[in-house]
Amino acid sequence: MRIVVLVKPVPDTASGGERLRPDDWRLDRAAVPAVVNANDEYALEAALKLTEAHGGEVHLVSMAGPAAPETMRKALAMGAASGTLVTDDALAGSDVVSTTRVLAAAVRDLEYDLLLAGADTSDGGAGVVPAGVAALLGLPYLSYAAKIEPNPDAGTVRVNRITPTGYEVLEGPMPALIVATQALGEPRYPSLKGIMAARSKSLETKALADVAAGDAPVGGAAATTTVLDATAPPPRAATRVIREPADEAARQVVAFLAERRII
Amino acid sequence: MAGEIWVHGEVTADGSLANISTEVATIARTLAEAAGAAVVGVVVAADPAAAASELARFLPRVLAVSEPAAADHAAGAIVGQRLAALIERDQPAWLLTGAGPDGRDVAGVVSALSGWGVLVNAVGVAWDQGPVVTMSVFGGKLTTTSRFATEHGIVTVRPNAIEAAPAVQAGSVEPTTVDGELTLPKVRVVDRVAEAGAAAPIEEARIIVAGGRGVGGPDGFKVVEELAEALGGAVGATRAAVDAGWIPYAQQIGQTGKIVKPALYLALGISGAIQHKVGMQTAETIVAVNRDPDSPIAEFADVVVIGDLFEVAPALLAALRTRAG
Ligand SMILES: Cc1cc2nc3c(=O)[nH]c(=O)nc-3n(C[C@H](O)[C@H](O)[C@H](O)COP(=O)(O)OP(=O)(O)OC[C@H]3O[C@@H](n4cnc5c(N)ncnc54)[C@H](O)[C@@H]3O)c2cc1C
Ligand SMILES: Nc1ncnc2c1ncn2[C@@H]1O[C@H](COP(=O)(O)O)[C@@H](O)[C@H]1O
Repeated sequence: MRIVVLVKPVPDTASGGERLRPDDWRLDRAAVPAVVNANDEYALEAALKLTEAHGGEVHLVSMAGPAAPETMRKALAMGAASGTLVTDDALAGSDVVSTTRVLAAAVRDLEYDLLLAGADTSDGGAGVVPAGVAALLGLPYLSYAAKIEPNPDAGTVRVNRITPTGYEVLEGPMPALIVATQALGEPRYPSLKGIMAARSKSLETKALADVAAGDAPVGGAAATTTVLDATAPPPRAATRVIREPADEAARQVVAFLAERRII
Repeated sequence: MAGEIWVHGEVTADGSLANISTEVATIARTLAEAAGAAVVGVVVAADPAAAASELARFLPRVLAVSEPAAADHAAGAIVGQRLAALIERDQPAWLLTGAGPDGRDVAGVVSALSGWGVLVNAVGVAWDQGPVVTMSVFGGKLTTTSRFATEHGIVTVRPNAIEAAPAVQAGSVEPTTVDGELTLPKVRVVDRVAEAGAAAPIEEARIIVAGGRGVGGPDGFKVVEELAEALGGAVGATRAAVDAGWIPYAQQIGQTGKIVKPALYLALGISGAIQHKVGMQTAETIVAVNRDPDSPIAEFADVVVIGDLFEVAPALLAALRTRAG
């Protein structure tokens, strides 16, 4: 089974230091160390487990800046076999439409049974790219997976798609695009051996011209959206600390909620 | 006249209109007034009638597209294709939908098929010759304002961005057919399984009572549930509680769970780790119960009770019940 996983380097959320560049309001990628987007790690973990169970290997695809190989090596160290990075100055400032087109183009020529993506990114948080990639590639789209069960003999795959009240069991033909969530399981830590091995794994870098993105415009110059302004929201008021016996504390909280007209 | 503003009416498993769509419709109606544009709802479902007439309480005109394939197939790709075809036919300028899983699936498909840009996770939308969209990014650390560089686009709207308000006069529902094959492969729904979860998406709740590791176990969640019920709210959780198997993942709040903005967030036994904080710090009011005065949540909550939640939560429940009489 061959699985392609879409992975995006994002600023480490644990740093708490993400910011936008004040001149053009683009993400300041230099401000904070990059990590593999958490939801993409869940996708990668699920892919690795599937190849362990069914054989085959995992290939990464990313569209990102020139520093991305460093982050992608972390995903290779987890166990992916190889990767493709599309990086090009013209792609800086790409929007959802461009990203979707370029990723679809980068995946189009690959051979795979499953294409996995994360539910959303911690920097953009759009959660719309995977559905778009599936639409452009004409792939069955199975989103918000809590469980993935391929049936290689039948050429189908089943997914438990999370809903507010439980889940729906989806079944589609392979190749298919599946959106991964944390419910698929904790990502593994790279082993020392994995880290060593990752150094020599194939990570192919492609420029925009190397992927067949077609005639549709892509890249920063074609962006359909612009940020006009970014401000820090007003700071929250100082915390009121209640240190009283439970009954008195509860009375004060209820009075506070009533004062704020919440109850 | 300015281009039409369309609202994607999301349909729940039982065929009714998703709450989020009433809020999206309310925003769209306000924008349409400011723009002097027409506003139209679109519902695509196996049986769109119920959801369409519900949406017509909020909008003057609703297109109801019957799509038999949606009965037993994953909806996102099907609804997205039909919407894209209708957009091609009627040439509206803007499409608004919810920022939850169903809205995102549809937005992604329509964006790709129509080449329309997407502004995501709106917490407010104003009008200035086009939608001007306010978003809360990096877990609430920044508020951005964005617009489209083109004459059309898609906006996904977060729950609780506005209070839904029906129109003074209900609109009309027009059954509509869309010609053409569904070209994207269909994904069969083999089964629908109900688990103990919220009746509505947690993002829509006005009040959330959330439990963390401090709750101690599935039994500990009883008092969380009771408090949620007494407050008319929903139950949320941290990843620690979800990973422990005490509560379904659908209730998880945070970076790799749901982003919520309720009027009240009551946190019991939650430390307030950054990955949790980014999912809830834009709540209007945050009240925490934690026995550790140095826990991070004690720094950003509006009120923190320092104490044992197994004493404070029952006392809160009693005080709320006394007040309710
Ligand atoms: C990539 C990634 C993504 C993540 N995504 C999420 C996410 O989406 N959502 C999320 O929540 N977390 C997420 N996390 C995990 C996050 O980092 C924290 O580990 C988690 O939020 C901690 O949950 P907690 O507050 O319940 O537990 P803890 O941090 O263990 O806190 C428990 C708290 O309960 C208090 N307490 C204990 N007993 C009592 C008692 N009897 N009475 C009162 N107080 C008591 C303690 O003082 C403590 O403050 C993520 C982590 C990573 C690495
Ligand atoms: N630039 C990118 N490179 C690789 N994958 C991406 C990129 N952007 C988005 N994705 C994939 O699409 C998912 C959702 O992204 P988004 O819609 O931007 O929130 C991510 O979790 C990735 O799997």
